[in-house]
Amino acid sequence: MSFLGRVVEWFTTASHWQGDAGALHRLSEHVTMSAGAVVVAAAVALPLGVWLGHTGRGGSLAINLSNVGRAVPSFAILVIAAQLFGIGWQPAFAALVALGIPPMVTNAYVGLRDVDDDIRESARGMGMTGFQSLWRVELPVALPPLMAGVRTAAVQVVATATLAALVAWGGLGRFIVDGIAQRDFVQVFAGAVLVGALSILTELALAGLQRLIVPQGLRTRETSKNEPFRALVAGEMATEMRVNP
Amino acid sequence: MLVGAAASDPWVRWDWVARHGDDIWAATRQHVELTLIAVGIGLLLSFPLALLARRWRWLQSPILSVTGILYTIPSLALFAMLVPWTGLSRTTSEIGLVSYTLLILVRNILVGLDGVPPDVKESAQGMGFGPGRQLLRIELPLALPVILAGVRIATVTTIGLVTVTALIGQGGLGQLILDGLIRDFRTPLVVGAVMSVVLAVFADAALAVVQRLLTPWSRR
Repeated sequence: MSFLGRVVEWFTTASHWQGDAGALHRLSEHVTMSAGAVVVAAAVALPLGVWLGHTGRGGSLAINLSNVGRAVPSFAILVIAAQLFGIGWQPAFAALVALGIPPMVTNAYVGLRDVDDDIRESARGMGMTGFQSLWRVELPVALPPLMAGVRTAAVQVVATATLAALVAWGGLGRFIVDGIAQRDFVQVFAGAVLVGALSILTELALAGLQRLIVPQGLRTRETSKNEPFRALVAGEMATEMRVNP
Repeated sequence: MLVGAAASDPWVRWDWVARHGDDIWAATRQHVELTLIAVGIGLLLSFPLALLARRWRWLQSPILSVTGILYTIPSLALFAMLVPWTGLSRTTSEIGLVSYTLLILVRNILVGLDGVPPDVKESAQGMGFGPGRQLLRIELPLALPVILAGVRIATVTTIGLVTVTALIGQGGLGQLILDGLIRDFRTPLVVGAVMSVVLAVFADAALAVVQRLLTPWSRR
């Protein structure tokens, strides 16, 4: 039987889906871990980035954070977290939260900074307080870049959760890591397909969410053109490109 | 499975570092090679892709979507999908690494070329520049800052991803990290991680210098 035939067979074998080592359980581990990490990271990163952007303080910190984050390999973060927190879900969770924070801080900061001063002044002129202006005017306007940061972070977290199999945690990475160890490339391939599909679904789901929560009036041509996958680097590019006039 | 933090194990044992200077150097060199090849091939592929997307606008969306999907698939998964065909080899790592540079590079080349002001292009045409000469002499130089910004992101990203290729038998400094993980010995792990960060920071700084030298007009 051809290799791909054996992969199809893997997917159609019920026992590969059931039980604690089955694909469904691994999938739910992967999703729970990733979602938890993104939520915790967002709870830290978004208020920080929004506050920095609103007040205009700590700009270089906010922008350099994601540059530094990119320079530190996620594999290294995970392995070092395992040395700090021992084995199990804790090191994986800690590493994923740490990875999720930088892109969200940077994009929230850039989004808030990029709000037109005229818009801020109009909000002031209408008698809004600083907080009202932030909550009712600046945040909605900054939502597209902010969400781009959330998407970048979420996809990165889902990707790195795959590596967590190396520090003795579950998730879909188990199929890949165990498969490589056992030279069972059918299992490796099946695991890779599952992980790839989950990442793409994550990106699409968050793109859909963004479409739902960005107010209609703010869906400029640019935002609606922001097809899935394209926004992935849009946030990063926004920060990189400020260097150039 | 593999890990259990030994409380007594110090983060860095300098005597190990001193004895394994050659190994660290070899790993660093492999890391640099894997990165250079990936970014080099990435650039060679990205330029034609970006030019195609510019020439025929309808191609832009499929090109960016496909490179976007490649960028979205986790590195380990992408390597794993290639293993049945190209084995646990350098080819497998390079295909994966190149795939990750494409979205960043194509996008930045496109954005850079789009940023050339229309009146500049008109002047070039007015001076009798054909499309090829206009691209090489006028548009590419003006787009260079944005393109090089993309090269910097792609390079730093690749340096990080190379560590993951340790799992398919390559990896450069990732080998040291994996080695530390498997033997539960912190020193190689810390050395591999620190050297990888140093490499990324150094590469970024070096490319920033290149950017300054190549675009003297953009200095303020």
